[in-house]
Amino acid sequence: MSAIAIRAEGLSKKYRISAGNRAYKNLRELLTDGFRNFLARDGARGGLDTVWALRDVSFEIPQGQVVGVIGRNGAGKSTLLKILSRITEPTEGRAEIHGRVGSLLEVGTGFHPELSGRENIYLNGAILGMRKREIDRKFDEILAFSETERFVDTPVKRYSSGMQVRLAFAVAAHLEPEILIVDEVLAVGDVAFQRKCLGKMSSVAQEGRTILFVSHNMSAIQNLCTRGILIRQGRLSFDGTGEQAVMEYLQELAQPAASPFAANPHRKGDGGFRFTSARALGEDGEESSHLVAGRPASFEFAYENRIEARQVIVEFTLHNDWGTAAANFHMDLTGYIPEGLPPRGRFICHIPILPLPLGEYRGAIVVRAGGRQTDIVPNAVFFRVASSTFFPTGRTPPPQFGACLVAHDWRHEPEAASKQG
Amino acid sequence: MAARVETPLRNEGSTPHAPAITISADRRTFASFRELWEYRELLYFLMWRDVKVRYKQTFIGVAWAVIQPLVTMVIFTIIFGRLARIPSAGVPYPVFAYAGLLPWHLFAGGLQRSIQSVVSSAHLISKVYFPRLIVPLAATFSATIDFAIAFIVLVLMAVVYGLMPTWRVIALPGFVGLALLSALGVGLWLSALNVRYRDVGHAIPFLIQVWMYASPVVYPVSLVPERWRLVYSLNPMVGAVEGFRWALLGKPVPDLQTIVMSAGVAFLLLAGGVAYFRRMERTFADMI
Repeated sequence: MSAIAIRAEGLSKKYRISAGNRAYKNLRELLTDGFRNFLARDGARGGLDTVWALRDVSFEIPQGQVVGVIGRNGAGKSTLLKILSRITEPTEGRAEIHGRVGSLLEVGTGFHPELSGRENIYLNGAILGMRKREIDRKFDEILAFSETERFVDTPVKRYSSGMQVRLAFAVAAHLEPEILIVDEVLAVGDVAFQRKCLGKMSSVAQEGRTILFVSHNMSAIQNLCTRGILIRQGRLSFDGTGEQAVMEYLQELAQPAASPFAANPHRKGDGGFRFTSARALGEDGEESSHLVAGRPASFEFAYENRIEARQVIVEFTLHNDWGTAAANFHMDLTGYIPEGLPPRGRFICHIPILPLPLGEYRGAIVVRAGGRQTDIVPNAVFFRVASSTFFPTGRTPPPQFGACLVAHDWRHEPEAASKQG
Repeated sequence: MAARVETPLRNEGSTPHAPAITISADRRTFASFRELWEYRELLYFLMWRDVKVRYKQTFIGVAWAVIQPLVTMVIFTIIFGRLARIPSAGVPYPVFAYAGLLPWHLFAGGLQRSIQSVVSSAHLISKVYFPRLIVPLAATFSATIDFAIAFIVLVLMAVVYGLMPTWRVIALPGFVGLALLSALGVGLWLSALNVRYRDVGHAIPFLIQVWMYASPVVYPVSLVPERWRLVYSLNPMVGAVEGFRWALLGKPVPDLQTIVMSAGVAFLLLAGGVAYFRRMERTFADMI
């Protein structure tokens, strides 16, 4: 049966990005804004400081399909899921949903640290849309899945973070909607538990339920999803099989990222001293989207100095595809003080031995000039570590076992013969 | 901008075909009250959480629900009863004050919680869909627990002072309801406004204090000049406090006009509050 589960027609969402990025205003701002808007009445107020997080997205999802939604951070994936979950409404367009929706945009929404595991199962279940009777029925199953039986009457604040996540996911996994909307929830917990969650997801999928799944975990997308949708700067840029969408996305990542510097809604700072580009450079000093662990690599940041800043401090943080900050590079750390900066130039950060596990990375850069943060670009550079010479075997541990590679060796010492009488 | 929601999202697991939901920006149709009913269990769980968590890790626990009105009553008795010699319509002043403080604390507590409720549930509102009205509803209603506990003390006081309830006591739930509805009505307006302007949060303690002196908590209505009486009764808490006291103590006898007026204003506030909240809730997730 190929009845439609979700139909989206021209979904668009416009956000205001106000100064200082605060969503709410106080009364003084209301008065001054009101006055300003009154003066600039025609047109100016709509176009000012707005950004389309989602633009004209249309698709149809038949019942029972498992669809992966991929794209860079800030591409609009989460906005799409929020609209379909009815948390926020579209600015334009419409969507039709046929069936009971369960949405999991976060694990453990509404967990209360003071309440016990038992109490939180009920509370969280109710928040996700389960009936009390339904929770009663599944209670033992949920508890068993979470592996926290012994602590069922202990306040959740005494749980380890791993236990909290397991309990939260266990509740979520027992939600039985016809349409399941999931946002990146698998990026938590230990590997064994993740495997369990993926198993649960694929069994849900086999039961013929419709799943819409956002992830940066490409292998999960490839394994689980029969269809993949790629979102790029708020627009649907590709729609095909999961496999194809992943390939398309990796290609997109490989392209030099021009967008973070042109129209990046997440970019902040007052702009007196700002970056104009960021590039990852391979061993040969050529731009490359694929770096090799264990080999030299560099990052190059071109800047524009409009305020004749004499002294600046540049900081650079790499995040892996689990969202973990893997490494930080800071001029203060190395004691480097650049001097006599021209209106334009570039900084190069050289790494003699790249200590990163295989995976995808994005770099965020921040610059301070004259005591102020003049530019913050969260997704300045993207690259992939696809091969490694870091360890003699060429193998690297998966990123969930450690965000960085640490050079080490092993030896063995036999215990000296015991002299205790 | 408006989301059109034609039918409730929720249905029992047993329903074979859930009705379609339409999400769009071009129409203004409110989610039905039926949907609110569908989510009644969530309302219950949120209230239960509020009550459960409130006195966790406190030494004397629920006793706090009694201490607050009790201490206030003692202070009022000394200052207004003894020093200022405010008349109390033939009822011992401590009983008079406590019987006024109970509905007042119900209102003030419910109001305070509901105003903060939406902002403090930001994590829920930005991650899960449910009828947003549930949040201030649960917050307001959870104030009834403190009320019920403090009420026991009132019963004890009545026994000590030898005051027996009369048939009028059947009207009591009506006036408790009036205090709750007033709290909910004002709470809906201000909780929605608080999402946008956090100034509201700063103004609450002040607002509640002023409001108390504008209600017959420490003094009887008879102290208010006759020609101001009508304007005075626009405050829904005038009817609630006065009625509560009358239902319990038999005096002072309020005039019907005051009660009707207060109740009318309370319902208007509530109806307006629901409409305003529904209009504002569409942008909560984006603003919060």
